[in-house]
Amino acid sequence: MTVRRETIVNIALAALLLAVPLVALWASQPFYVTLATRIAILALAAVGLNIALGLGGLVSFGHAAFFGIGGYAAGILASHAISGEPLALGIAGTNQMPLIWLVAVPVAGLAAAAIGAISLRTSGVYFIMITLAFAQMLYYFAISWPAYGGEDGLSIALRNQFPGVNTLRPLPFFLICYALLLAGIGLFAMLRGSRFGAALQAARQNPVRLTAVGIAPYRIRLVAFILSAMLTALAGALYADLNRFVSPSMMSWHMSGELIVLVILGGVGRAFGPLAGAMLFVLMEHYLGGLTERWQLFLGLVLLAVVIFARGGVLGLLAGKARHG
Amino acid sequence: MAEPVLEVVRLTKNFGALKATDNVSLDLRPGEIHALIGPNGAGKSTLIHQICGTLAPDSGEIRFAGRRIDMLDAAARARLGLARTFQVSSVAAEFSALRNVMLAVQARQGSSFRFVRPVLHDASLAGPAMHELERVGLAARAHIPAAELSHGERRQLEIAIALAMGARAFLLDEPMAGMGPEGSQALTAFLDRLRGDAPILLVEHDMNAVFALADRISVLVYGRIVASGTVEEIRRDPEVRRAYLGEEA
Repeated sequence: MTVRRETIVNIALAALLLAVPLVALWASQPFYVTLATRIAILALAAVGLNIALGLGGLVSFGHAAFFGIGGYAAGILASHAISGEPLALGIAGTNQMPLIWLVAVPVAGLAAAAIGAISLRTSGVYFIMITLAFAQMLYYFAISWPAYGGEDGLSIALRNQFPGVNTLRPLPFFLICYALLLAGIGLFAMLRGSRFGAALQAARQNPVRLTAVGIAPYRIRLVAFILSAMLTALAGALYADLNRFVSPSMMSWHMSGELIVLVILGGVGRAFGPLAGAMLFVLMEHYLGGLTERWQLFLGLVLLAVVIFARGGVLGLLAGKARHG
Repeated sequence: MAEPVLEVVRLTKNFGALKATDNVSLDLRPGEIHALIGPNGAGKSTLIHQICGTLAPDSGEIRFAGRRIDMLDAAARARLGLARTFQVSSVAAEFSALRNVMLAVQARQGSSFRFVRPVLHDASLAGPAMHELERVGLAARAHIPAAELSHGERRQLEIAIALAMGARAFLLDEPMAGMGPEGSQALTAFLDRLRGDAPILLVEHDMNAVFALADRISVLVYGRIVASGTVEEIRRDPEVRRAYLGEEA
Protein backbone atom coordinates (compact mmCIF):
# COMPACT_ATOMS: atom_id res chain seq x y z
CA MET A 1 0.00 0.00 0.00
CA THR A 2 1.40 3.35 -0.95
CA VAL A 3 1.45 6.11 1.60
CA ARG A 4 -0.78 8.95 0.49
CA ARG A 5 0.85 12.28 -0.17
CA GLU A 6 -1.56 13.98 2.20
CA THR A 7 -0.34 11.74 5.03
CA ILE A 8 3.25 12.81 4.42
CA VAL A 9 2.25 16.48 4.33
CA ASN A 10 0.28 16.05 7.55
CA ILE A 11 3.20 14.44 9.37
CA ALA A 12 5.53 17.14 8.08
CA LEU A 13 3.22 19.91 9.34
CA ALA A 14 2.88 18.30 12.77
CA ALA A 15 6.66 17.75 13.00
CA LEU A 16 7.36 21.31 11.92
CA LEU A 17 5.12 22.78 14.60
CA LEU A 18 6.81 20.59 17.23
CA ALA A 19 10.29 21.50 16.00
CA VAL A 20 9.81 25.27 16.18
CA PRO A 21 9.70 25.65 19.98
CA LEU A 22 12.48 23.09 20.49
CA VAL A 23 14.80 24.94 18.14
CA ALA A 24 13.69 28.28 19.56
CA LEU A 25 14.62 27.27 23.11
CA TRP A 26 17.93 25.85 21.94
CA ALA A 27 18.63 29.18 20.23
CA SER A 28 17.39 31.09 23.31
CA GLN A 29 14.51 32.67 21.42
CA PRO A 30 11.57 31.87 23.75
CA PHE A 31 9.32 34.27 21.88
CA TYR A 32 8.96 31.71 19.10
CA VAL A 33 7.59 29.20 21.60
CA THR A 34 4.75 31.60 22.24
CA LEU A 35 4.26 31.99 18.51
CA ALA A 36 4.06 28.20 18.03
CA THR A 37 1.63 27.95 20.96
CA ARG A 38 -0.56 30.58 19.36
CA ILE A 39 -0.53 28.58 16.13
CA ALA A 40 -1.52 25.39 17.95
CA ILE A 41 -4.40 27.07 19.78
CA LEU A 42 -5.82 28.90 16.76
CA ALA A 43 -5.48 25.69 14.74
CA LEU A 44 -7.44 23.79 17.40
CA ALA A 45 -10.19 26.42 17.34
CA ALA A 46 -10.33 26.13 13.55
CA VAL A 47 -10.38 22.31 13.69
CA GLY A 48 -13.53 22.75 15.76
CA LEU A 49 -15.05 25.09 13.20
CA ASN A 50 -14.01 22.70 10.44
CA ILE A 51 -16.42 20.06 11.81
CA ALA A 52 -19.34 22.38 11.12
CA LEU A 53 -17.93 24.23 8.12
CA GLY A 54 -15.85 21.59 6.38
CA LEU A 55 -17.84 18.44 7.02
CA GLY A 56 -21.31 19.89 7.40
CA GLY A 57 -21.08 22.89 5.08
CA LEU A 58 -22.40 25.06 7.92
CA VAL A 59 -20.75 28.45 7.55
CA SER A 60 -20.93 29.59 11.15
CA PHE A 61 -20.03 33.25 11.46
CA GLY A 62 -20.45 33.01 15.21
CA HIS A 63 -17.83 30.60 16.44
CA ALA A 64 -16.05 33.42 18.29
CA ALA A 65 -18.89 33.10 20.80
CA PHE A 66 -17.74 29.60 21.71
CA PHE A 67 -14.09 30.61 21.61
CA GLY A 68 -14.97 33.41 24.03
CA ILE A 69 -17.07 31.16 26.28
CA GLY A 70 -14.00 28.95 26.65
CA GLY A 71 -11.87 31.98 27.39
CA TYR A 72 -14.26 33.44 29.96
CA ALA A 73 -14.65 30.07 31.64
CA ALA A 74 -10.90 30.05 32.22
CA GLY A 75 -10.79 33.71 33.26
CA ILE A 76 -13.80 33.63 35.58
CA LEU A 77 -12.88 30.39 37.32
CA ALA A 78 -9.29 31.58 37.78
CA SER A 79 -10.34 34.94 39.20
CA HIS A 80 -12.55 33.21 41.76
CA ALA A 81 -9.78 30.80 42.64
CA ILE A 82 -7.53 33.77 43.39
CA SER A 83 -10.09 35.83 45.28
CA GLY A 84 -11.38 32.80 47.13
CA GLU A 85 -14.97 33.89 46.66
CA PRO A 86 -17.32 31.25 45.31
CA LEU A 87 -19.30 31.80 42.12
CA ALA A 88 -23.08 31.85 42.07
CA LEU A 89 -24.63 28.73 43.67
CA GLY A 90 -21.56 28.44 45.89
CA ILE A 91 -19.35 26.79 43.27
CA ALA A 92 -15.70 27.40 44.02
CA GLY A 93 -13.31 28.79 41.43
CA THR A 94 -10.39 26.73 40.23
CA ASN A 95 -7.02 27.22 38.65
CA GLN A 96 -6.74 23.64 37.40
CA MET A 97 -6.85 23.48 33.61
CA PRO A 98 -8.59 20.08 33.38
CA LEU A 99 -11.39 21.30 35.66
CA ILE A 100 -11.67 24.53 33.67
CA TRP A 101 -11.98 22.51 30.47
CA LEU A 102 -14.64 20.37 32.09
CA VAL A 103 -16.65 23.54 32.63
CA ALA A 104 -15.78 25.41 29.42
CA VAL A 105 -16.58 22.57 27.02
CA PRO A 106 -20.07 21.59 28.29
CA VAL A 107 -21.10 25.24 28.76
CA ALA A 108 -20.18 25.95 25.16
CA GLY A 109 -22.00 22.77 24.15
CA LEU A 110 -25.18 24.00 25.85
CA ALA A 111 -24.86 27.42 24.24
CA ALA A 112 -24.34 25.76 20.86
CA ALA A 113 -27.38 23.54 21.40
CA ALA A 114 -29.54 26.62 21.95
CA ILE A 115 -27.97 28.69 19.16
CA GLY A 116 -27.85 25.76 16.74
CA ALA A 117 -31.43 24.65 17.43
CA ILE A 118 -32.63 28.02 16.16
CA SER A 119 -29.97 28.83 13.54
CA LEU A 120 -30.16 25.45 11.82
CA ARG A 121 -33.76 26.08 10.90
CA THR A 122 -32.32 28.47 8.35
CA SER A 123 -29.65 27.90 5.75
CA GLY A 124 -27.27 29.73 3.46
CA VAL A 125 -26.90 33.43 4.04
CA TYR A 126 -29.56 33.43 6.78
CA PHE A 127 -27.60 30.86 8.75
CA ILE A 128 -24.48 32.99 8.46
CA MET A 129 -26.33 36.07 9.67
CA ILE A 130 -28.17 34.43 12.54
CA THR A 131 -25.01 32.82 13.94
CA LEU A 132 -23.34 36.23 13.67
CA ALA A 133 -26.25 37.81 15.52
CA PHE A 134 -26.05 35.34 18.40
CA ALA A 135 -22.30 35.85 18.71
CA GLN A 136 -22.74 39.62 18.78
CA MET A 137 -25.33 39.25 21.53
CA LEU A 138 -22.79 37.40 23.66
CA TYR A 139 -20.13 39.95 22.72
CA TYR A 140 -22.21 42.86 23.96
CA PHE A 141 -23.23 40.89 27.01
CA ALA A 142 -19.53 40.44 27.87
CA ILE A 143 -18.89 44.15 27.34
CA SER A 144 -21.71 45.12 29.68
CA TRP A 145 -20.83 42.68 32.46
CA PRO A 146 -18.72 44.77 34.88
CA ALA A 147 -18.23 41.92 37.37
CA TYR A 148 -15.73 40.36 34.97
CA GLY A 149 -14.03 43.41 33.54
CA GLY A 150 -16.64 44.46 31.00
CA GLU A 151 -15.03 46.19 28.08
CA ASP A 152 -11.58 46.12 29.71
CA GLY A 153 -11.48 42.35 29.95
CA LEU A 154 -10.23 40.15 32.71
CA SER A 155 -6.62 39.38 33.59
CA ILE A 156 -5.46 36.00 34.76
CA ALA A 157 -2.74 36.85 37.25
CA LEU A 158 -1.04 33.50 37.05
CA ARG A 159 -1.44 30.95 34.28
CA ASN A 160 -3.69 28.09 35.36
CA GLN A 161 -2.10 24.80 36.35
CA PHE A 162 -2.00 21.31 34.98
CA PRO A 163 -1.21 18.39 37.31
CA GLY A 164 2.45 17.42 37.12
CA VAL A 165 3.37 20.13 34.63
CA ASN A 166 4.89 23.54 35.22
CA THR A 167 2.64 25.58 32.95
CA LEU A 168 4.48 28.81 33.76
CA ARG A 169 7.31 27.72 31.52
CA PRO A 170 6.53 28.15 27.83
CA LEU A 171 7.55 24.73 26.54
CA PRO A 172 5.35 22.58 28.82
CA PHE A 173 2.38 24.82 28.09
CA PHE A 174 3.09 24.53 24.39
CA LEU A 175 3.19 20.75 24.70
CA ILE A 176 -0.24 20.72 26.39
CA CYS A 177 -1.66 22.79 23.53
CA TYR A 178 0.12 20.68 20.94
CA ALA A 179 -1.19 17.43 22.42
CA LEU A 180 -4.73 18.80 22.50
CA LEU A 181 -4.39 19.97 18.90
CA LEU A 182 -3.34 16.49 17.78
CA ALA A 183 -6.18 14.98 19.81
CA GLY A 184 -8.58 17.45 18.20
CA ILE A 185 -7.37 16.58 14.72
CA GLY A 186 -7.69 12.90 15.60
CA LEU A 187 -11.25 13.49 16.77
CA PHE A 188 -12.02 15.32 13.54
CA ALA A 189 -10.64 12.48 11.43
CA MET A 190 -12.54 9.92 13.48
CA LEU A 191 -15.82 11.81 13.09
CA ARG A 192 -15.25 12.26 9.38
CA GLY A 193 -14.77 8.53 8.86
CA SER A 194 -17.68 7.42 11.05
CA ARG A 195 -21.32 6.79 10.21
CA PHE A 196 -22.12 10.16 11.73
CA GLY A 197 -19.53 11.76 9.47
CA ALA A 198 -20.96 10.04 6.42
CA ALA A 199 -24.41 11.41 7.22
CA LEU A 200 -22.99 14.87 7.98
CA GLN A 201 -21.08 15.07 4.71
CA ALA A 202 -24.10 13.83 2.82
CA ALA A 203 -26.12 16.60 4.50
CA ARG A 204 -23.69 19.08 2.99
CA GLN A 205 -23.61 17.49 -0.46
CA ASN A 206 -27.30 16.76 -0.84
CA PRO A 207 -29.75 17.14 2.07
CA VAL A 208 -32.65 16.06 -0.16
CA ARG A 209 -30.94 12.73 -0.81
CA LEU A 210 -30.11 12.26 2.86
CA THR A 211 -33.76 12.81 3.76
CA ALA A 212 -34.87 10.46 1.04
CA VAL A 213 -32.86 7.57 2.52
CA GLY A 214 -34.47 8.26 5.89
CA ILE A 215 -31.99 10.43 7.79
CA ALA A 216 -33.23 13.87 8.86
CA PRO A 217 -30.39 16.38 8.28
CA TYR A 218 -31.42 18.69 11.13
CA ARG A 219 -30.42 16.47 14.05
CA ILE A 220 -27.18 15.45 12.36
CA ARG A 221 -26.26 19.09 11.80
CA LEU A 222 -27.22 20.09 15.31
CA VAL A 223 -24.97 17.46 16.89
CA ALA A 224 -22.15 18.50 14.54
CA PHE A 225 -22.64 22.15 15.49
CA ILE A 226 -22.46 21.29 19.19
CA LEU A 227 -19.31 19.16 18.84
CA SER A 228 -17.77 21.86 16.71
CA ALA A 229 -18.46 24.53 19.34
CA MET A 230 -17.09 22.38 22.16
CA LEU A 231 -13.74 21.94 20.46
CA THR A 232 -13.52 25.65 19.69
CA ALA A 233 -14.31 26.43 23.34
CA LEU A 234 -11.46 24.20 24.50
CA ALA A 235 -9.14 26.25 22.31
CA GLY A 236 -10.63 29.42 23.80
CA ALA A 237 -9.73 28.30 27.32
CA LEU A 238 -6.15 27.66 26.19
CA TYR A 239 -6.04 31.03 24.44
CA ALA A 240 -6.99 32.79 27.66
CA ASP A 241 -4.20 30.97 29.44
CA LEU A 242 -1.71 31.82 26.72
CA ASN A 243 -2.43 35.53 26.96
CA ARG A 244 -3.34 35.40 30.67
CA PHE A 245 -6.12 37.72 29.61
CA VAL A 246 -9.69 37.47 28.37
CA SER A 247 -11.64 40.26 26.77
CA PRO A 248 -14.82 40.65 24.75
CA SER A 249 -12.67 40.88 21.61
CA MET A 250 -12.34 37.08 21.75
CA MET A 251 -16.07 37.04 20.93
CA SER A 252 -16.05 39.74 18.28
CA TRP A 253 -17.02 39.06 14.70
CA HIS A 254 -13.40 39.66 13.68
CA MET A 255 -12.51 36.51 15.57
CA SER A 256 -15.31 34.54 13.88
CA GLY A 257 -14.04 35.77 10.53
CA GLU A 258 -10.48 34.89 11.42
CA LEU A 259 -11.47 31.31 12.21
CA ILE A 260 -13.22 30.99 8.86
CA VAL A 261 -10.14 32.42 7.15
CA LEU A 262 -7.93 29.81 8.86
CA VAL A 263 -10.13 26.98 7.62
CA ILE A 264 -10.30 28.31 4.06
CA LEU A 265 -6.58 29.10 3.89
CA GLY A 266 -5.66 25.62 5.05
CA GLY A 267 -8.24 23.62 3.14
CA VAL A 268 -11.92 23.19 3.95
CA GLY A 269 -12.75 19.76 5.35
CA ARG A 270 -9.10 18.65 5.56
CA ALA A 271 -8.00 17.28 8.92
CA PHE A 272 -4.72 19.21 8.98
CA GLY A 273 -6.03 22.16 6.97
CA PRO A 274 -6.60 24.38 10.02
CA LEU A 275 -3.01 23.77 11.15
CA ALA A 276 -1.64 24.80 7.75
CA GLY A 277 -3.99 27.80 7.77
CA ALA A 278 -2.99 28.86 11.29
CA MET A 279 0.72 28.55 10.45
CA LEU A 280 0.35 30.74 7.39
CA PHE A 281 -1.86 33.23 9.23
CA VAL A 282 0.33 33.62 12.31
CA LEU A 283 3.54 33.82 10.29
CA MET A 284 2.08 36.51 8.05
CA GLU A 285 0.74 38.35 11.06
CA HIS A 286 4.16 38.21 12.71
CA TYR A 287 6.50 38.98 9.81
CA LEU A 288 4.33 41.24 7.67
CA GLY A 289 2.84 42.79 10.80
CA GLY A 290 6.42 43.74 11.75
CA LEU A 291 6.87 45.51 8.44
CA THR A 292 3.56 47.28 8.13
CA GLU A 293 0.40 47.81 10.12
CA ARG A 294 -1.53 47.06 6.99
CA TRP A 295 -0.43 43.44 6.82
CA GLN A 296 -4.04 42.32 6.48
CA LEU A 297 -3.97 43.75 2.97
CA PHE A 298 -1.53 40.96 2.13
CA LEU A 299 -3.64 38.44 4.02
CA GLY A 300 -6.52 39.54 1.82
CA LEU A 301 -4.47 39.01 -1.32
CA VAL A 302 -3.40 35.54 -0.21
CA LEU A 303 -6.99 34.65 0.66
CA LEU A 304 -8.10 35.91 -2.72
CA ALA A 305 -5.47 33.78 -4.43
CA VAL A 306 -6.51 30.70 -2.46
CA VAL A 307 -10.18 31.17 -3.21
CA ILE A 308 -9.59 31.76 -6.92
CA PHE A 309 -6.68 29.43 -7.71
CA ALA A 310 -6.49 26.87 -4.92
CA ARG A 311 -9.92 25.88 -3.68
CA GLY A 312 -8.35 23.09 -1.63
CA GLY A 313 -6.32 25.64 0.33
CA VAL A 314 -2.69 25.15 1.28
CA LEU A 315 -3.25 21.45 1.80
CA GLY A 316 -4.88 21.20 -1.60
CA LEU A 317 -1.76 22.71 -3.13
CA LEU A 318 0.61 20.45 -1.21
CA ALA A 319 -1.34 17.21 -1.19
CA GLY A 320 -3.72 17.30 -4.14
CA LYS A 321 -7.47 16.80 -4.23
CA ALA A 322 -9.36 15.48 -1.22
CA ARG A 323 -10.60 11.92 -1.54
CA HIS A 324 -13.82 10.44 -0.33
CA GLY A 325 -13.25 6.67 -0.42
CA MET B 1 -57.85 -8.66 -3.31
CA ALA B 2 -54.64 -8.04 -1.36
CA GLU B 3 -54.48 -5.11 1.05
CA PRO B 4 -52.89 -2.10 -0.69
CA VAL B 5 -49.38 -1.18 0.42
CA LEU B 6 -49.89 2.50 -0.31
CA GLU B 7 -53.21 4.25 -0.27
CA VAL B 8 -53.96 7.87 -1.09
CA VAL B 9 -57.44 8.99 -0.05
CA ARG B 10 -59.14 12.16 -1.29
CA LEU B 11 -55.93 14.15 -1.31
CA THR B 12 -56.28 17.86 -2.07
CA LYS B 13 -53.68 20.58 -2.48
CA ASN B 14 -54.32 24.11 -3.70
CA PHE B 15 -51.79 26.74 -4.65
CA GLY B 16 -53.97 29.83 -4.44
CA ALA B 17 -56.70 29.34 -7.01
CA LEU B 18 -54.83 26.49 -8.70
CA LYS B 19 -56.04 23.02 -7.76
CA ALA B 20 -52.76 21.13 -8.04
CA THR B 21 -54.22 18.01 -6.46
CA ASP B 22 -57.98 17.73 -6.67
CA ASN B 23 -59.54 15.00 -4.55
CA VAL B 24 -57.11 12.32 -5.70
CA SER B 25 -57.49 8.73 -4.51
CA LEU B 26 -55.28 5.90 -5.68
CA ASP B 27 -53.62 2.83 -4.28
CA LEU B 28 -50.71 0.52 -4.89
CA ARG B 29 -51.11 -3.21 -4.35
CA PRO B 30 -48.41 -5.79 -3.66
CA GLY B 31 -46.51 -6.93 -6.72
CA GLU B 32 -47.95 -4.43 -9.15
CA ILE B 33 -46.72 -1.52 -11.21
CA HIS B 34 -49.21 1.32 -11.10
CA ALA B 35 -48.37 3.94 -13.70
CA LEU B 36 -49.35 7.56 -13.22
CA ILE B 37 -49.48 9.45 -16.49
CA GLY B 38 -50.66 12.85 -17.54
CA PRO B 39 -49.58 15.91 -19.49
CA ASN B 40 -46.98 18.34 -18.14
CA GLY B 41 -48.38 20.43 -15.32
CA ALA B 42 -51.04 17.86 -14.45
CA GLY B 43 -49.76 17.69 -10.88
CA LYS B 44 -47.84 14.41 -10.95
CA SER B 45 -44.79 15.80 -9.19
CA THR B 46 -46.93 17.66 -6.66
CA LEU B 47 -48.65 14.38 -5.85
CA ILE B 48 -45.33 12.55 -5.46
CA HIS B 49 -44.08 15.32 -3.16
CA GLN B 50 -47.11 14.92 -0.92
CA ILE B 51 -46.74 11.16 -0.76
CA CYS B 52 -43.04 11.50 0.14
CA GLY B 53 -43.66 14.18 2.71
CA THR B 54 -41.82 17.09 1.14
CA LEU B 55 -45.10 18.93 0.63
CA ALA B 56 -48.06 18.98 3.02
CA PRO B 57 -51.52 18.34 1.53
CA ASP B 58 -54.45 20.60 2.44
CA SER B 59 -56.65 17.63 3.18
CA GLY B 60 -56.89 13.90 2.65
CA GLU B 61 -55.08 10.87 3.99
CA ILE B 62 -52.06 8.83 3.02
CA ARG B 63 -51.70 5.30 4.37
CA PHE B 64 -48.61 3.21 3.98
CA ALA B 65 -47.86 -0.29 5.24
CA GLY B 66 -51.04 -0.30 7.31
CA ARG B 67 -50.69 3.07 9.04
CA ARG B 68 -51.35 6.73 8.39
CA ILE B 69 -48.20 8.53 7.41
CA ASP B 70 -49.41 12.00 6.48
CA MET B 71 -48.27 13.40 9.84
CA LEU B 72 -44.74 11.93 9.50
CA ASP B 73 -41.87 13.91 8.03
CA ALA B 74 -40.11 12.81 4.85
CA ALA B 75 -37.24 11.04 6.61
CA ALA B 76 -39.61 9.04 8.82
CA ARG B 77 -41.62 7.93 5.77
CA ALA B 78 -38.42 6.86 4.06
CA ARG B 79 -37.45 4.79 7.10
CA LEU B 80 -40.77 2.94 6.80
CA GLY B 81 -39.63 1.84 3.35
CA LEU B 82 -41.11 4.46 1.06
CA ALA B 83 -38.27 4.75 -1.44
CA ARG B 84 -38.26 7.32 -4.20
CA THR B 85 -36.11 8.21 -7.15
CA PHE B 86 -35.97 11.71 -8.53
CA GLN B 87 -36.83 13.20 -11.89
CA VAL B 88 -33.33 14.66 -11.93
CA SER B 89 -31.05 12.11 -10.25
CA SER B 90 -30.21 13.18 -6.73
CA VAL B 91 -27.17 11.56 -5.12
CA ALA B 92 -24.27 12.64 -2.92
CA ALA B 93 -21.98 13.76 -5.73
CA GLU B 94 -18.63 13.56 -3.92
CA PHE B 95 -19.24 10.11 -2.51
CA SER B 96 -18.52 7.01 -4.54
CA ALA B 97 -21.44 4.93 -5.78
CA LEU B 98 -20.72 2.45 -3.00
CA ARG B 99 -20.75 5.09 -0.26
CA ASN B 100 -24.05 6.43 -1.57
CA VAL B 101 -25.60 3.00 -1.15
CA MET B 102 -23.86 2.48 2.20
CA LEU B 103 -25.60 5.59 3.45
CA ALA B 104 -28.95 3.96 2.73
CA VAL B 105 -27.88 0.75 4.50
CA GLN B 106 -26.81 2.87 7.47
CA ALA B 107 -30.16 4.67 7.52
CA ARG B 108 -31.99 1.34 7.42
CA GLN B 109 -29.95 0.09 10.37
CA GLY B 110 -30.96 3.30 12.17
CA SER B 111 -27.43 4.05 13.28
CA SER B 112 -26.24 7.47 12.19
CA PHE B 113 -25.17 8.59 15.67
CA ARG B 114 -22.12 6.38 15.80
CA PHE B 115 -18.98 8.41 16.00
CA VAL B 116 -16.03 6.06 16.24
CA ARG B 117 -15.88 3.12 13.89
CA PRO B 118 -14.77 4.01 10.35
CA VAL B 119 -17.38 3.14 7.74
CA LEU B 120 -14.75 2.19 5.17
CA HIS B 121 -13.87 -0.90 7.21
CA ASP B 122 -17.43 -1.77 8.10
CA ALA B 123 -18.50 -4.92 6.28
CA SER B 124 -22.03 -4.65 7.67
CA LEU B 125 -22.45 -1.55 5.48
CA ALA B 126 -20.27 -2.33 2.48
CA GLY B 127 -21.53 -5.92 2.09
CA PRO B 128 -25.23 -5.20 1.59
CA ALA B 129 -24.39 -2.06 -0.41
CA MET B 130 -22.21 -3.99 -2.83
CA HIS B 131 -24.94 -6.60 -3.19
CA GLU B 132 -27.43 -3.96 -4.35
CA LEU B 133 -24.91 -2.43 -6.75
CA GLU B 134 -24.42 -5.89 -8.25
CA ARG B 135 -28.18 -6.24 -8.65
CA VAL B 136 -28.46 -3.04 -10.68
CA GLY B 137 -25.30 -3.87 -12.64
CA LEU B 138 -23.14 -1.12 -11.20
CA ALA B 139 -20.65 -3.19 -9.18
CA ALA B 140 -17.77 -2.43 -11.54
CA ARG B 141 -18.32 1.29 -10.95
CA ALA B 142 -18.65 1.03 -7.17
CA HIS B 143 -15.64 3.21 -6.37
CA ILE B 144 -16.30 5.94 -8.92
CA PRO B 145 -17.50 9.27 -7.45
CA ALA B 146 -21.19 9.69 -8.21
CA ALA B 147 -20.44 12.99 -9.98
CA GLU B 148 -18.44 11.08 -12.60
CA LEU B 149 -21.14 8.50 -13.34
CA SER B 150 -23.12 8.79 -16.54
CA HIS B 151 -26.74 9.87 -16.49
CA GLY B 152 -27.94 6.29 -16.85
CA GLU B 153 -25.59 5.02 -14.19
CA ARG B 154 -26.90 7.59 -11.74
CA ARG B 155 -30.39 6.27 -12.41
CA GLN B 156 -29.17 2.76 -11.62
CA LEU B 157 -27.48 4.10 -8.50
CA GLU B 158 -30.72 5.66 -7.28
CA ILE B 159 -32.46 2.33 -7.67
CA ALA B 160 -29.66 0.56 -5.79
CA ILE B 161 -30.11 3.12 -3.00
CA ALA B 162 -33.85 2.46 -2.96
CA LEU B 163 -33.23 -1.29 -2.76
CA ALA B 164 -30.75 -0.83 0.07
CA MET B 165 -33.38 1.10 2.03
CA GLY B 166 -35.41 -2.09 2.18
CA ALA B 167 -38.14 -0.51 0.10
CA ARG B 168 -41.72 -1.62 0.67
CA ALA B 169 -42.85 0.60 -2.20
CA PHE B 170 -40.97 2.41 -4.94
CA LEU B 171 -41.97 5.84 -6.18
CA LEU B 172 -40.15 6.29 -9.45
CA ASP B 173 -40.40 9.77 -10.92
CA GLU B 174 -39.75 9.54 -14.67
CA PRO B 175 -36.95 6.97 -14.54
CA MET B 176 -36.82 6.81 -18.35
CA ALA B 177 -36.23 10.54 -18.77
CA GLY B 178 -33.05 11.26 -20.68
CA MET B 179 -32.29 7.59 -21.32
CA GLY B 180 -31.43 6.46 -24.83
CA PRO B 181 -33.56 3.75 -26.50
CA GLU B 182 -31.23 0.97 -25.37
CA GLY B 183 -31.08 2.33 -21.85
CA SER B 184 -34.87 2.54 -21.73
CA GLN B 185 -35.23 -1.05 -22.86
CA ALA B 186 -32.76 -2.33 -20.29
CA LEU B 187 -34.43 -0.29 -17.57
CA THR B 188 -37.88 -1.53 -18.60
CA ALA B 189 -36.69 -5.11 -18.25
CA PHE B 190 -35.15 -4.30 -14.90
CA LEU B 191 -38.29 -2.61 -13.52
CA ASP B 192 -40.29 -5.62 -14.64
CA ARG B 193 -38.21 -7.75 -12.28
CA LEU B 194 -38.12 -5.06 -9.58
CA ARG B 195 -41.85 -5.34 -8.88
CA GLY B 196 -41.05 -8.67 -7.25
CA ASP B 197 -39.24 -6.74 -4.49
CA ALA B 198 -41.93 -4.16 -3.90
CA PRO B 199 -44.73 -2.55 -5.88
CA ILE B 200 -43.92 0.49 -7.99
CA LEU B 201 -45.79 3.75 -8.45
CA LEU B 202 -44.37 4.79 -11.79
CA VAL B 203 -44.62 8.36 -13.06
CA GLU B 204 -43.58 8.19 -16.68
CA HIS B 205 -43.94 9.92 -20.03
CA ASP B 206 -42.49 7.07 -22.09
CA MET B 207 -45.68 5.32 -23.24
CA ASN B 208 -43.87 2.27 -24.56
CA ALA B 209 -42.47 1.63 -21.12
CA VAL B 210 -45.79 2.35 -19.43
CA PHE B 211 -47.76 0.00 -21.69
CA ALA B 212 -45.09 -2.70 -21.35
CA LEU B 213 -44.90 -2.53 -17.57
CA ALA B 214 -48.10 -1.26 -16.00
CA ASP B 215 -50.69 -3.48 -14.38
CA ARG B 216 -52.86 -0.44 -13.88
CA ILE B 217 -52.72 3.11 -15.17
CA SER B 218 -54.15 6.27 -13.66
CA VAL B 219 -54.41 9.39 -15.77
CA LEU B 220 -53.99 12.74 -14.06
CA VAL B 221 -55.23 15.90 -15.79
CA TYR B 222 -55.41 19.30 -14.04
CA GLY B 223 -54.89 17.64 -10.67
CA ARG B 224 -57.77 15.20 -11.10
CA ILE B 225 -57.69 11.50 -11.90
CA VAL B 226 -59.80 11.34 -15.07
CA ALA B 227 -59.39 7.63 -15.68
CA SER B 228 -57.99 4.59 -13.95
CA GLY B 229 -57.84 1.01 -15.13
CA THR B 230 -55.88 -1.67 -16.92
CA VAL B 231 -53.71 -0.90 -19.93
CA GLU B 232 -56.50 -2.00 -22.29
CA GLU B 233 -59.16 0.07 -20.55
CA ILE B 234 -56.96 3.15 -20.69
CA ARG B 235 -56.07 2.60 -24.33
CA ARG B 236 -59.79 2.43 -25.18
CA ASP B 237 -60.94 5.31 -22.99
CA PRO B 238 -62.13 8.05 -25.36
CA GLU B 239 -61.53 10.88 -22.94
CA VAL B 240 -57.95 9.76 -22.33
CA ARG B 241 -57.30 9.44 -26.04
CA ARG B 242 -58.54 12.92 -26.65
CA ALA B 243 -56.92 14.59 -23.67
CA TYR B 244 -53.62 12.91 -23.66
CA LEU B 245 -52.70 10.01 -25.88
CA GLY B 246 -53.63 11.64 -29.17
CA GLU B 247 -52.76 9.69 -32.29
CA GLU B 248 -49.91 7.92 -30.53
CA ALA B 249 -52.19 5.18 -29.19
